[in-house]
Formats: sequence, structure tokens, C-alpha cells
Amino acid sequence: MEPIKTIHSRFVPLPLENVDTDQIIPARFLKATTREGFGKNLFRDWRYLDNDDTNPKKDFVLNRPEYEGKILVAGKNFGCGSSREHAAWAILDHGFTVVVSSFFADIFKGNSLNNGVLPVQVSDEFLQKIFNQDNQSTLTVDLENQKIIIDNTGEEETFDINNYKKNCLLNGYDDIDYLVSIKEDIEKFENQTL
Amino acid sequence: MGRTLFEKIWNNHLVKTIPGGPDVIYIDKHFIHEVTSPQAFAGIEKRGFKIFRPKQVVATADHNVPTINQHLPIRDMLSRLQVDQLIANCNTHGIELYGLGHPFQGIVHVIGPELGITQPGMTIVCGDSHTSTHGAFGSIAFGIGTSEVEMVFASQCVLQSRPKVMRININGELNKGVVSKDIILYIISKITASGATGYFVEYAGSAIRAQSMEARMTICNMSIEMGARGGMIAPDETTFNYIKGRTFAPQGEEWDKKLNEWKQLQTDDDAVFDKEINIDAADIEPMITYGTNPGLGIAINGLIPTAESIPDEGERKNIIKALEYMGLQQGKTLLGMPVQNIFIGSCTNSRIEDLRLVAGVVKGKKKSEHVKVMIVPGSQQVAAQIKAEGLDKVFEEAGFEVRQAGCSACLGMNEDKIPAGEYCISTSNRNFEGRQGAGARTLLASPLTAAASAITGVVTDVRTLLN
Ligand code: SF4
Repeated sequence: MEPIKTIHSRFVPLPLENVDTDQIIPARFLKATTREGFGKNLFRDWRYLDNDDTNPKKDFVLNRPEYEGKILVAGKNFGCGSSREHAAWAILDHGFTVVVSSFFADIFKGNSLNNGVLPVQVSDEFLQKIFNQDNQSTLTVDLENQKIIIDNTGEEETFDINNYKKNCLLNGYDDIDYLVSIKEDIEKFENQTL
Repeated sequence: MGRTLFEKIWNNHLVKTIPGGPDVIYIDKHFIHEVTSPQAFAGIEKRGFKIFRPKQVVATADHNVPTINQHLPIRDMLSRLQVDQLIANCNTHGIELYGLGHPFQGIVHVIGPELGITQPGMTIVCGDSHTSTHGAFGSIAFGIGTSEVEMVFASQCVLQSRPKVMRININGELNKGVVSKDIILYIISKITASGATGYFVEYAGSAIRAQSMEARMTICNMSIEMGARGGMIAPDETTFNYIKGRTFAPQGEEWDKKLNEWKQLQTDDDAVFDKEINIDAADIEPMITYGTNPGLGIAINGLIPTAESIPDEGERKNIIKALEYMGLQQGKTLLGMPVQNIFIGSCTNSRIEDLRLVAGVVKGKKKSEHVKVMIVPGSQQVAAQIKAEGLDKVFEEAGFEVRQAGCSACLGMNEDKIPAGEYCISTSNRNFEGRQGAGARTLLASPLTAAASAITGVVTDVRTLLN
């Protein structure tokens, strides 16, 4: 996993509420055997006409060249619905490392953190302020200080994150790296109990 | 203060507690299948890791496999790819695979117990939510996501926050025609599909003690359908007798030693649960669902609720939407309604006892002309047992189609699907929209109810046939 310290980037706005994981990655793409490649099907049915990837819907934000960046900003209750981890994989594979919303579904939040995508939960007002920015403006997400800043106006807000997970992201560790780092404890446990 | 069964097993497997974070829990057995494992294998390989304890991993192919002509190559390209990938991964990493063609192949939650792999006091995980089934042996068993599958590959551990504990006591005697599937459908209908969210559930009481191992598995299997992380039942003589002599059960001295340990696995009398529910077994009737989540169930001779009888607005909207999808009407009975399909199978009800129950009802009878009846045994061993006991003849004479082992129409990932708009009385565990195929309408019920309705072609109270 890539470490996340400070992300300074333009953002892609998706001002919709209750975006569910079926929209993020439709079920018919779950028969794949790798984690990679889900990015091209991210928001598949919103992105293309008639399920044809040579036929993009011009006004969908991912198809508009004036919007780009590593940060996805979405409406309330992002990632609800099925627990499929493929949703987090698709977002990461597309190139996002931060998702900003005013509320995240629980399982999606966990899956994101497990895959090196930082969910930043902000207030409804702050979210609105971000949506009011133009397409050239940038955001700074400072994980160490748990702060998100609208660079144009200097307005900022702090966000919550579990301490263990914060350390994982700062160091580019995931749970697996952590578990491997305590292998001695695990072997000791095995010797004592098995 | 005394400890609960859950607490005892959890603490026995606690490697470490991360301050302000989750617990590190050691996993004894890790089951895998073709759908949720490929990305975890790829992840391990990308990191250049080996599987930490390959001997504690057991694999089978079940979700995607066809249930006819299993000796031929799989026709669906993507399904074949997933199954082939599983074979390759297991070969590379030295994991025991009971794949297609192997006499031990079957639904992962059927084969673990029947092979004696699942044992009391263990921690068991699988990338599948119905892993809760294995809790029937007095183990902590729960479903995990693909990242967690990778964690277990890398370290034989998972990171988990400790859930709350709930006990559901069911005392008294069951009515005639009522079996364990009805018990769990009754519980979920009472506490709703999210009523146990955040909890691990222990089932107790005289009605639970009276159940066979296979019946207990049916109950634990559906714990997840009320939102619980898992369900469990303390082991007793029934458990020990079931395990003894199975392929991977401990033997000789090892058996005696294990048996002693297993006998300690009880909730202490003075242990305290975060929540406790008491149910009188005599209140339970044969159950059937009418909606699109497993909590929307009624007694088979009851009436579908009316929207106005439901105080909560969200819940009211849910039911109206569900009834629309199901093509059913408020305030009406389901009895006598024609059905087009019967599915007897899935990790809930595809074991030999389930199929014996079915045979008991249909023996010497023929199915109704306008229903299609599919029986899908949970494993190759169950399929062999059906033959050995002559049940296959009973089913054939009744006009049922007996297929080969797999998940089949439980989730409609292979070609076994229920056509749009048709009704299916199913012994499986989920009646979600589209679960058994786009537009399919699922009514969850027990094997007895499914068998009785197969004979009549309409939703039937099995007690009318037993008399
Ligand atoms: S039978 Fe159904 S519920 Fe059980 S493991 Fe297979 S798909 Fe899942």
C-alpha cells in the first residue's frame, strides 16, 4: 500500500446522495480473478451509454476533461448497499486516494481503509463549500493533522480517524503488513496453545 | 463473574489487543472457494509472501459450478476461469482442494462438518457470510471479506473488534411439522433482518438441545440473516457423537484429550449477556416468507400483514415495495397459492437429514404436474448417501430432478435460475430481489413445507399431509 501523508490535488465532484456499491461497480463485473482493472468499470452504468465503453456519456463527470484529481467528493451516505470490496478496488484503480463525503456507509469505510483509500468525513456545510469551488481549485488533505483545507479560501475542517488506521495509512502499512510485523507474537501464541 | 462460551473461545484465540484498535484473533481453520479467494491469492503473490499455514486452509469449488455433467468442462467461460484459477492457486500454495470430481467436493459449509474438519472450540473463517453454520459445533465461525482472506493467508490471523453477545433461549417442545428451519425463520421474523446487528448469538434451551447436529447447523447458518456476526451452540453428547469417526476427527488418545477440552465449552451459569431473548417452542408453527428479506416471514396458516398494521414508516414502505416485487397482497393467506418451482438445497437445508425429511413426505407420491422440483444435495457424500439409502428412487418416482452438488439456485450464479415472475418455494436462506435469478420470487420455507407443496403444486401446510 502507498503511504498517504498529505494529498494536494484538484478534485472530481459527484454531488449525489446514497451512491451505492452497485452503482460504483455493478455485480456483473464480480467474476474477475484480480483486484486490478476494476477502475475501467467504475460507475460503469453512469459512465457509458448502452453498456458500451466506446460510447461515453459526455456529461458524466468522469468523462469531462476539465475535471481531474486524486480526490473524489461525493454526497451523503456514500458506499451504501452490498459489502463488495470491489467498490474500493475500483475507486483506487481509477486513481483516487481520497473520498470526501458528509457520511460513509460502515463497510465501505472499512474496505477503503483496508485498501489505502482515505475516507474523509466532513460536515454538510463544508461539503457544500467544496462543491461551490470551480474546477481548477485544489484541496489539501493533511492526514497527520487530520485536516482538510480548501486552498483557494483557506477554509479548513478537521476529520476523525481511528489511531491504528491512521498509522497504517501514514506508513503505507495495511493490516497485513501489521500482522506480518507481529509474526513472532503469532508463532509464540502457536507454540503456547497448539 | 462467569464467562460466556463466546468469550472463552475468543480469549483462547487472542494473540494481542491493539490499544484503541481491534483484537488480533488466531484462526484455526480457513475455508476458501473460487469466488472470493482469487484476489487474495494475487495479493499474497504480489507481496512475495507464502501462505503462512497452508495446512489450515481447505478449499472447494461450489458457488459457480454446474450441477449437471460435472465431468465435462464448465461451459460458462468466466466461471470456468474462476474454478481453474482456484485449482492453480491451490497447487502453487500447497492447499488441499476438494474440487469438482473429488468425492469430498460440495458446498463449503456442508463439507467442513461432514468431514469432521469443523470441531468445537475452533475459530473458523471463510470468505462467505454463511460461515456462521459451523458455529453449531460450539466454535466461533464468521464470514470475512477478501482483504481479510488475504490477512489469514499471510498470518493465520484476522483483526476484529469484539462483538457484543446475545443469547436466544428456546424452551419447550416443538409442534408436529415444525423443524429447525421454522425455528430460525420464526426468530428472524420476530427480531427482524437487522435485529442482531453487532452481536454474536448463542442459541440455548431445551428445544435447541433436542435438535440433531444437522438441524442445529440450519439454525446457525441463518444467524447472519438477522445481522449477527455469527451464531453458536454449546457442544454436547449430540455434537460429540456426530464428530466421532468422521474422516478428519481426532482419533485414539487424541480423541480422549479433545473430548475433555470440548466438555469445558459451556457458558458459565453466572455469565452475563448484553441481550437475552426467550422463546416458547410451542409458539412456533411451520413458517414461510412473503417478502424480500428473511425477516418478512409468517406462520404458514397466517396472513400477510397489512401496511397499516406496521407502525414504523420505513418498515411500512419496505413491505409495500416487497409485496409489489413478490406480486402478493396485504392481509391475504399464502395457503393454496400456486407455485411453479421448488428448490431443495443450499448450505441451509441440503444435508442427508433434510433429504430424508423430504423423502418421508413424498414417498409413494407424485409431484404436481405444474411444478418443477430441483433437489441439489450439498455434497458428493450426501449424493452418495441418497443413493445408498434408495432416496434417489423415491425422488425419481415422484418426478423430482436430482442434480449434483453445489450452491446452484441459491444464488443463481450458474445456470440454475428461477425464471422472472415465477414463484419458488426454496429451502435456502435469502429471498432478496433477484437472488435466484432476475425477477424470481422466492418463498423461504423448511424442507417439509417444500416437499408438501411439491406434491400439491400450491403453498401447503405440511400438517395436512401428515394427518
Ligand atoms: S448455498 Fe447459497 S448461501 Fe450457502 S454458500 Fe452457497 S451461495 Fe452462499
